[in-house]
Amino acid sequence: MSLEIPRHTILGIIGPANSGKTTLLKCINRTIDFIGSARVEGRVWIGDEDVRRMRNVYALRRRIGMVFPLPVGLPLSVYDNVAYAPRRAGIHDRRELDPLVEKCLRQAVLWDEVKDRLDTLGTKLSGGQQQRLTLARALSHRPEILCLDEFSIAIDPVTTMKIEDVLLELKQEMTIVLVTNLVQQAHRLADNIAFLNDSQLVEAGETEKMFTKPDNPLTLKYVTGVFG
Amino acid sequence: MTDPADNVVHGQANAFAATDYERSKARKELAAKSLFLVMAVLCILPVVVILGYLVIKGAPAISMDFLLTNPRNNLTAGGIWAPLVGTFFMVLASLLIAAPIGVLAGVYLNEYAADNWFTRVINLAVVNLAGVPSIVHSLFGVGAFVLFLHCGRSLLAASCTVAVMNLPVIITSTREALAAVPMSFREACWNMGATRWQTIRTIVLPNSIAGVLTGVILEVSRAAGETAPILFTGAVLFVPVPDHGWESFVPYGLWDRFMALSYHLFTLSTQIRGVSDEMLYGTAVVLIGLVLAVNSLSISLRVYLRSRKRW
Repeated sequence: MSLEIPRHTILGIIGPANSGKTTLLKCINRTIDFIGSARVEGRVWIGDEDVRRMRNVYALRRRIGMVFPLPVGLPLSVYDNVAYAPRRAGIHDRRELDPLVEKCLRQAVLWDEVKDRLDTLGTKLSGGQQQRLTLARALSHRPEILCLDEFSIAIDPVTTMKIEDVLLELKQEMTIVLVTNLVQQAHRLADNIAFLNDSQLVEAGETEKMFTKPDNPLTLKYVTGVFG
Repeated sequence: MTDPADNVVHGQANAFAATDYERSKARKELAAKSLFLVMAVLCILPVVVILGYLVIKGAPAISMDFLLTNPRNNLTAGGIWAPLVGTFFMVLASLLIAAPIGVLAGVYLNEYAADNWFTRVINLAVVNLAGVPSIVHSLFGVGAFVLFLHCGRSLLAASCTVAVMNLPVIITSTREALAAVPMSFREACWNMGATRWQTIRTIVLPNSIAGVLTGVILEVSRAAGETAPILFTGAVLFVPVPDHGWESFVPYGLWDRFMALSYHLFTLSTQIRGVSDEMLYGTAVVLIGLVLAVNSLSISLRVYLRSRKRW
């Protein structure tokens, strides 16, 4: 497949189960390297850098925020959860961390719920709260690229809407790759859509075009809910 | 047999009446459960009997005097101070050798090792090491430490032998403790650009340290009871050691031959004539008491761990 993601846009990736959406994300931040049996071919370019040729993957992952569908609160306090990545990157000054943690939690629409209990364990939050905590963590190292894999799966519709608004704002600062099973969510947020099926890129294009008159009939079937 | 009347309640067919097949199912379930229960209870029996027997026979010998004086009169009188201290130092030295190697190797195998031939060789080695009989370990200790490394028959050689023998236990328990930390935590950290070491240091170890320590403590109780590996490598029948003063607390250097409780018990019961039953059983009670005390320490640690589990 060949796919170009313009800077500061949102790309929605849609497609049925097992079509390779998550694997594609793992190729971007090279966590695919952790899967021993995986064989990687092809190139992923960020700007003019080939991620597979980068010597230091930590410098790569610092530039990429990643949210996977299962909420994971680390067994640390809420504060330490969000401060985890900055600390691993060498920031230890509370005067720097405090505003950063608050900002990330606000962007993840979690601040109001946890501002009075930042010292409770991240694992003790509810599923939806943990998912937003995961989002806050992904934002905590100021990534240039934000990859979201089914981020709203455990979150109620109202909060999801609020986060979607935040994402549209974040677009000013970063490029967002959004994997979603909610075709309508992709419609609402994405500038461009890529439709994957059976590990192949079926079609990619501007959102309006993909939803109204896509080149491939399979795409139209999928977005209108006939296929699948 | 199903009584037809069972199936009719208030003139209506009773849908919940058991069929013959269901009755037989319930009977078999009861039989199976009873069988398993009896076997489980059988496991407690030897512990209770052994402990009761030893305590009844050995209790009269136990006193501070028995613990704190050295054996006298060709081991037929006096106490068990010298072997007690010997066991303590042997266990301590073997722990200092085996714990760092075992724990760090366990961390490597669970956190870093990729699934390749090299890892499989290490795993195979660990499994086989665990299966080597203790007397073979003893002979290995003679060859490797006593002769090849010129340690002579000494506290050091015996401790090394016991350490080698308990290495697989520590490695395995460390791996299990680390594996109990969910993979998703590690992935979350890696996704944020943390290195494996940062992840181990901040997330994996803090949440598994009690389990790791439990394994290490269990090594202590095993090491204390071992007889075969120290048989040819350093333990001896009798060492005249000081009875008084600070020297009685450090009677052995690393290069000295030493007395150990387990070996002392072995010689009392097989090599020496004229040992009173009380002394014999008293020694056994102290040895098993030590092992049980260490085991309960490890159990309480595990209970504590469970109480503060953070996910």
